[in-house]
Amino acid sequence: MPDDDLVGEASRQLTICNACRYCEGYCPVFPAIEIRREFEKGDVFLLANLCHDCRACYYACMYSPPHEFAVNIPQILSEVRLESYKAWSWPSLLAGSFRDIRKGMILAGLSIGVILALALTLLVPAKLFAVHHGPGAFYAVVPFLVMLLPALALTVYGGAVWVIGGIRFWKDTQGELPCPVGFRVLAQTAGDILNLKWLRGGGRGCNYPNAQASQARRFYHSLVYYGFLSAAVSTTLAAIYQDILHRLPPYPLTSAPVLFGGFGGIAIVIGVAGLVVIKTTSDREPAHSQSLGLDYLFLIILGLTALSGMLTLLFRESSAMGIILTLHLALVAALFITVPYGKLVHALYRSLAILRHHLEQSQPNRSARGH
Amino acid sequence: MGTRSTTQDSSLTLVANSPTQFDVIVVGGGNAALCAALAARKLTPSVLLLERAPAHMRGGNTRHTRNIRCASVGNGDRSQEYRVEEFLDDLIGVTGGPANLDLAKFAIQQSQSLPQWMSEHGILWQPPLAGTLHLGRTNRWFLGGGKSLVNAYYDALARMGIAVRYDADVVDLLIEDGEFRAVTLKIGDDHEAIRGRAVVVAAGGFEANIEWLKRYWGDAADNFLVRGTPYNDGTMLANLITKDAKQIGDPKAFHAIAVDGRAPKFDGGIVTRLDSIPFGVVVNRFGQRFYDEGEDIWPKRYAIWGRLIAEQPEQIAYSIVDAKTIRCFLPPVYKPYQADSLEDLAGLLKLEAAPFLETIQNFNRATAGNLESTLERLDGVKTRGLTPPKSNWALPIDRAPFYGLPLRPGITFTYMGVEVDSNARVIQSGGRPFSNVYAAGEIMSGNILTKGYLAGFGLTIGSVFGRLAGKEAASHAGR
Repeated sequence: MPDDDLVGEASRQLTICNACRYCEGYCPVFPAIEIRREFEKGDVFLLANLCHDCRACYYACMYSPPHEFAVNIPQILSEVRLESYKAWSWPSLLAGSFRDIRKGMILAGLSIGVILALALTLLVPAKLFAVHHGPGAFYAVVPFLVMLLPALALTVYGGAVWVIGGIRFWKDTQGELPCPVGFRVLAQTAGDILNLKWLRGGGRGCNYPNAQASQARRFYHSLVYYGFLSAAVSTTLAAIYQDILHRLPPYPLTSAPVLFGGFGGIAIVIGVAGLVVIKTTSDREPAHSQSLGLDYLFLIILGLTALSGMLTLLFRESSAMGIILTLHLALVAALFITVPYGKLVHALYRSLAILRHHLEQSQPNRSARGH
Repeated sequence: MGTRSTTQDSSLTLVANSPTQFDVIVVGGGNAALCAALAARKLTPSVLLLERAPAHMRGGNTRHTRNIRCASVGNGDRSQEYRVEEFLDDLIGVTGGPANLDLAKFAIQQSQSLPQWMSEHGILWQPPLAGTLHLGRTNRWFLGGGKSLVNAYYDALARMGIAVRYDADVVDLLIEDGEFRAVTLKIGDDHEAIRGRAVVVAAGGFEANIEWLKRYWGDAADNFLVRGTPYNDGTMLANLITKDAKQIGDPKAFHAIAVDGRAPKFDGGIVTRLDSIPFGVVVNRFGQRFYDEGEDIWPKRYAIWGRLIAEQPEQIAYSIVDAKTIRCFLPPVYKPYQADSLEDLAGLLKLEAAPFLETIQNFNRATAGNLESTLERLDGVKTRGLTPPKSNWALPIDRAPFYGLPLRPGITFTYMGVEVDSNARVIQSGGRPFSNVYAAGEIMSGNILTKGYLAGFGLTIGSVFGRLAGKEAASHAGR
């Protein structure tokens, strides 16, 4: 659906929700609907990013298709989310991949391909296929600066795109940031985000993969989420070991970086596998196929990154280490490159939407009914 | 009436050939039917529920409900208790007295145990919805509304091994010598009989049968909008009456409210209702007011407006509000007509301007100007020397832009039904009950409701008598 039609259609459905309100108890989307009377683009964008796609409202809705009102909030808000990601990302050429999954696949494929090609051309074959032992073994294959500089550059770049996106989000959703943001609001926001609170759906979990409420989605998403955080902790610890304690990797199996990294890798692999399975078996009626494509693309890159990381750990004493490490680094690079143009942006915008929601709800005169 | 009963002979042949028999057959698929099936299952594993709608439309009018009225002791908090006596007073106050006082008392008494029973069968709860004035104490709100409740009950049926058939078009009850034997289903051009030891008929009223409504309302019924399921055409009610069940209730009595005139003919549900009436005036198609828009708080008056509009010429009226109050009521699903002058608004609504303007001017003159007014209570801001008066919230319609909302009667459900005894058994015209035919829900609501309506009471009746009918039917079958 083109942009304007999409916002118009979402607005039509949200107006029906606002006259009904039966779903008020499910999630923050409905209380946020109720303090509005009209749904402009910014409102629709905000609500779409507040929606966690739990689908409780879809199965509760007496107006879902084939009813002539044809209300399908999870589906329309999924599509709006993609449109909002596209609008907030930069530059527009790459942001287009949110609405065209082929672009996203090309971007990811090119990243991996180019990096692998570069690696295989530039790296010294004798070192690539040799067995390496002891401190600095990884850097014998790929020199430290070759690892560090692209990673730093991509982090700065991705961070910049996210900052721009965050500012655009705030402007588009007509936010004013009351200074300072109250502690209560921050605590509620952090709590919701760290808990993945709204993946509880209507209380008993998301209606996912089908009409029955289940904790499966929250469980697998938590594994990916905490696995990801654990991997980030591992990387940070490794940096501290190397630059402050002056100990070069690889680290012993019982060292903190390996333990965090190992837990993270396993959690991500299991979480990704679980999410892919429930997505493939999920009810298509409340789903938006393009969004599903974006989910798969991100999950596959993330899953392969984690898997190759685990394999690097397993085979680090063997002659296969060099090639596995190279592959792993190529996947990490692809992950970094696609971060601003892939599913991971939901972490940014959903967090901001939750913050906006708590700010709105903390305003004393929030009722749109006027009395 | 849409009933095509098979002849007795062919029914008997069908029955003789029917391989299946259940202890309890429940005809219907809404709240009352579901409660009956669940209650029956406590006593017998052999229960069949026949839902006429396809699966996605299952649940009858329950799909559109959102709360249930229950007496309660308020967990010891006196300010939150809703005593049985007060409940009965409310019922008598709104309806002018139930048809059968004992059954009404029974429903109210039993309502106290409903929330726990519902929870045990998978119903989740939520605080009262925002913007629903005055109902927090008297009514319990289930999470996600009626369709969620229906889903939870069907899940419970599946867990408990109760057989369910959708698209099950029951056209006839085979009754011999006052005893039920079997139901006949129509499947395409064929018929199928299923034998049962007892039957609970919980198949709704006849509100979706415009032709039937026309018998009492004439062509006016063409202008009625049916708020709920299109499947409630009264087939089972008509069938029971032809089987000599005793009819009860005024055929013109129903629960009807004001809905937006642009709403769908069927199944528009909650979103088409308009809460704008107390905030302005209501005129008919001749531009004249016809009833006190501020007579009482809205939850006690919303249910009279369907009938009031049904009695107006062409069954249409227009709610008129101005810029002061347009944001005071729940946002309507259809955009109100909007104009910068009352003349232009009359044009948009296709009303003759002169009488409409005169009505508004007379009304404005009778008000005391723009005083402080609040819908939270009866504020006593009223008109003087005007007929009909507006007894509360009477602010002049004087601030542009002006808004108009077309109103039609939206029928929720009809009250005329079959008479039942204290065991929910259907009574025959001679006064004796059928031995094994039970009724619950809308189809017997006329035993209690006579006119008017008390929010959330339909589900109370359905749940209480559904449970009772299911239990009694199962224990009869076990004898």
